[in-house]
Amino acid sequence: MFDYNFHWRPVMKSLPDLLEAASLTLQVAVLAMVLGIVIGLCLALARLHLRGPVYWFATAWVELARNTPALFQLFFFGFGLGAFGLHLSPYLIVLAGLTFNCAGYLAENFRGGFKAVPETQIRASRSLGMTPWQAYSRVVIPQVFRIVYHPITNQMVWAVLMSSLGMLVGFRELSGETQFFASRTFRIFEYFAVTAVIYYAIVKVILLSSRLMAARLFRY
Amino acid sequence: MEPTLKFFSGFAPNDLWFMGEAALRTLWISVLSISLGTVLGTLFGWMLYEGRRAATLTLAPVLDVFRSVPLIIQLVLFYNFAPIVGLNLDPFASGTVILTVYTAALVANVARGGIEAVGAPMRRAARSLGLSYWQDLRHVVLPIGGRAVFPSWVGVALGVMKDSALVSVLGYVELLKASQILITRTQEPFLILALAGAFYFALSYPVSRYATHLENRWAQ
Repeated sequence: MFDYNFHWRPVMKSLPDLLEAASLTLQVAVLAMVLGIVIGLCLALARLHLRGPVYWFATAWVELARNTPALFQLFFFGFGLGAFGLHLSPYLIVLAGLTFNCAGYLAENFRGGFKAVPETQIRASRSLGMTPWQAYSRVVIPQVFRIVYHPITNQMVWAVLMSSLGMLVGFRELSGETQFFASRTFRIFEYFAVTAVIYYAIVKVILLSSRLMAARLFRY
Repeated sequence: MEPTLKFFSGFAPNDLWFMGEAALRTLWISVLSISLGTVLGTLFGWMLYEGRRAATLTLAPVLDVFRSVPLIIQLVLFYNFAPIVGLNLDPFASGTVILTVYTAALVANVARGGIEAVGAPMRRAARSLGLSYWQDLRHVVLPIGGRAVFPSWVGVALGVMKDSALVSVLGYVELLKASQILITRTQEPFLILALAGAFYFALSYPVSRYATHLENRWAQ
């Protein structure tokens, strides 16, 4: 029943390459998150305060990002745009797909966060003589940040996990690199087992550092 | 002379049939693994709630692994691991097993949250009215806790439906894989991807809207 010989040596030999690919995974995930937070914030504010075409654009973005598979979104940026003669590199495909997806999900979180801060607070701070910018940056944003902090952490984890789809569009991040080595040596199980451990470690480090940061940030 | 053999042929009506069939396969594997995973996950959630220390030490870390490793890696790992222990599973069976466990890992947290959402005083009241432990679970905890976490459960179910696209890496021809095959043949990526995306959207959007509607109505 169990006549399979595990060969871990080739995996150990390519471990440095895998770890380097893991840093690429992390890089693209962080970049997508930073872009996603900025765009998501704009989308959330557009959906809350604007009317007309901008509102519909933001709503369409959010609903499309949330109601179609992430893999479909990657394929769209990969092959779909090719129909218009726009050929992105694998790195850009993954970055664009992840950013599109993260922005959509984060926009909904931000919208919930903004809704949770009562409007009377803005009026109160305005009547205390604050400019609109001051009211937003000193009263609203700090409270919203507290509310969306955990959703952002979760989305960061999702971004790392989702970047593994890069494997299917030819991007050599952690999963793509693993597949490359696995198909060269046929030690598929061994390679993917090690990769799974690396992903697990990355996720745990993200969650742990988020918790430590939260302890420092939200002391009061 | 006119060449009689062409590499690419246009999108034909019976390709729509091919995509429809693939869409049904997406639906089938999603429904199957969501229902099995929900049953299993509810059981896990109850175990996490009741068997406090024993369950947190054994079950929780295992479920945590399924949430912290990309689904695509889990699928490849299991598909290549099953033959090692002498199981010969086709892509559909492997996909169903992993999607089920993945759903269960996500539903377990939701279910535990649901049980926790029912206040201890209410459960004590139910017990002192003479209900047995199981009657209390069935007639008090299930309707009240279930209602509290129904929106998150819908979120999980829709997520799994979208993630079922990943089973295509094992060679199971579901909707996204079928689109890829058609794109290779017809070279019309935009049209075909739009069709596939529309199907996922048409499935996911109404359900998520309905869940939000129910949530708002129950919140009143």
